[in-house]
Amino acid sequence: MTSGLWELVLKGVWVTIQLLVCSALMAAAVSFVVGVARTHRLWIVRFLAGFYTEVFRGTSALVMIFWVFFVLPPAFGWQLVPLWAGTLALGLTYGAYGSEIVRGALSAVDPAQKEGGIALSFTPWQRMRLILLPQAVPEMIPPFSNLLIELLKGTALVSIMGMGDLAFSGNLVRLALQESAEIYTYILLIYFVIAFLLTRVMRGLEKKLKGGVGKPVGSTADQELSRPQTTGVGGAVS
Amino acid sequence: MSTDTLPNPEKNPAKGDGELIRLEQVTKRFGQNTVLDHLDFSVEAGKHVTLIGPSGSGKTTILRLLMTLLKPDEGTITVDGQKLFPASDKEVREVRKKIGMVFQQFNLFPNMTVLRNITEAPVTVLGMSKDEAVERAKGLLEMVGLADKCDAHPAQLSGGQQQRVAIARALAMRPQVLLLDEVTSALDPELVAGVLDVLRDIARSTDITMLCVTHEMNFARDISDQVLMFDSGRIIEAGAPEKIFSEPEKDRTREFLSAVL
Amino acid sequence: MNWDWSAVSDFMPDFWKGLLVTLQILLLGSLISFVLGLVWALLMRVPSRWVTWPVGAVTEFVRNTPLLVQLFFLFYVLPEWGLTFSALSTGVFAIGLHYSTYTMQVYRAGIEAVPVGQWEAATALNLPLRRTWTAVILPQAVRRVIPALGNYVIAMLKDTPMLMAITVLEMLGHARLFSQEHFQFTEPLTVIGAAFIVISYLASLLLRALERRLVH
Repeated sequence: MTSGLWELVLKGVWVTIQLLVCSALMAAAVSFVVGVARTHRLWIVRFLAGFYTEVFRGTSALVMIFWVFFVLPPAFGWQLVPLWAGTLALGLTYGAYGSEIVRGALSAVDPAQKEGGIALSFTPWQRMRLILLPQAVPEMIPPFSNLLIELLKGTALVSIMGMGDLAFSGNLVRLALQESAEIYTYILLIYFVIAFLLTRVMRGLEKKLKGGVGKPVGSTADQELSRPQTTGVGGAVS
Repeated sequence: MSTDTLPNPEKNPAKGDGELIRLEQVTKRFGQNTVLDHLDFSVEAGKHVTLIGPSGSGKTTILRLLMTLLKPDEGTITVDGQKLFPASDKEVREVRKKIGMVFQQFNLFPNMTVLRNITEAPVTVLGMSKDEAVERAKGLLEMVGLADKCDAHPAQLSGGQQQRVAIARALAMRPQVLLLDEVTSALDPELVAGVLDVLRDIARSTDITMLCVTHEMNFARDISDQVLMFDSGRIIEAGAPEKIFSEPEKDRTREFLSAVL
Repeated sequence: MNWDWSAVSDFMPDFWKGLLVTLQILLLGSLISFVLGLVWALLMRVPSRWVTWPVGAVTEFVRNTPLLVQLFFLFYVLPEWGLTFSALSTGVFAIGLHYSTYTMQVYRAGIEAVPVGQWEAATALNLPLRRTWTAVILPQAVRRVIPALGNYVIAMLKDTPMLMAITVLEMLGHARLFSQEHFQFTEPLTVIGAAFIVISYLASLLLRALERRLVH
């Protein structure tokens, strides 16, 4: 492979990372807003949030990407920059999975903690902010770590739309060299390294957050079997 | 012990001469099971009232109704002149500020240090300055004998220590009423005395109103002004502790006492 | 937004053809992932690092890299090595392989969730290893893993459109083809989007019912 082709691959890495960061931020925002809304005491708020989750979790990420690229522009007259279209499609879809993580972790907090908060006259929002979220967030890190890996893999889908990410650069190099094994091996290795680094960062974060409360780090067999429905949000590099 | 950390005497104007809590015809059911059956009783400010009786007789339910953790199916509950059901969220929170509760399972917040467990509510709910809250929290921790545990997390403490922190946390809100829900039931036997000593101190040296569900009969005898004997959701006998414990009128009370004493 | 019902009815014959292919991929892919996943899980319990290390490394690698690139790899590289399969077979194998790296974790958890006492009892009865696995451990493990495996089938359903990228005409492939021929994007894409939501919602209801029956 020539240095020109390597440059192409590096550009692809950069696009993939940009897309990953933007869509991860968007997915995190959606996760928390929708996940917290699903524990709201008004049934209509819970219903709408639940509806959002079912719809966006039910759809395929790739179909969603097609929809945002082809249906949104003529229907609403916006032409989104590809990066934002990809961010929107991935953020909305993976945010729906994330909201399930947030809801699950919030409902796993001992109900006695809520009663403790009521006895001290906290408002519902103060209970959420001071008691429930601080206890639930460390528990969310391992599943969010898995979801982040899924999101990284999901970013490859935008290459089908012609966006110049890592997977797309692989296709270009294949066409240039008329040879596939080498370039696709490199591309897969690069994705693997990024996934490995992300897992390390998330594990460090988990240790830091759980350190103060003295909780064990890592997942158990029970958690594996009772995982919420996922997009294949499975394990990660260990 | 420094008295300025304890509930402020001036805050209880009704001291000894007014009704603080009143339950009228209160009924609570869980499914088919009637836990409280048209219950009437009232507590005067400054009094220490102990609820005794077999488990499942509805004692804990009364405390949880007063703390608004449960809603009654029928009847009215009044605290310091304010009806609890129905009431606006704001009115309910105002009433909650007057009531502190200590739970059987402590319910300390594991994500906060001991000190912050005690200071958080005074700062966010009462709007107290942080310095003042910390100072008062330290006084309260000294009172319960845990001055050196400020920076510990609840998970690092024994059950007895956690419960003493929970008592300090409830008192930090300067409540007029303290609800004690079987506070020693979850503790190992050797840790019970330390917690009860702290509560005896509080009962003696303050004029806080106490409503106490307990199986510790000696403790009940020491601190109570009045003892209420419950059975099947009704009060079957009420009176001064000397009378209830020494010469109960009802057979049911005698049976219960001979079983637990 | 202008919605054209006649485009929907024009698209429906293609939709049914696509749905059939999608379900075919899902069925065969699931079978491959169930079988391969069990093979990986059992190999990971062989008490030799020469087996567990390579199996662990390969499955980690497959699980943490995009299915789409794996599809490209198999689709373009296998013919270079002289192995030619249809696009559909390649796609089914790729998706089955990818998901087997998830199902292996489910099996592992299911096996670990069988109480140690069961192993001890089997040893006490002097059962041979093979019998211990087939008569004692696996029957108990499989019962526990069915709901989790079902979740991955639903997840796999939502990944089947990727096979479009290697020319397989499943639902999305047909929708794209139709769009390009008729210049109508909204209707076919919305129809298949709704189809995915409906199918996966029904499947998850079914799964929850199954789960209740298995647990209680």
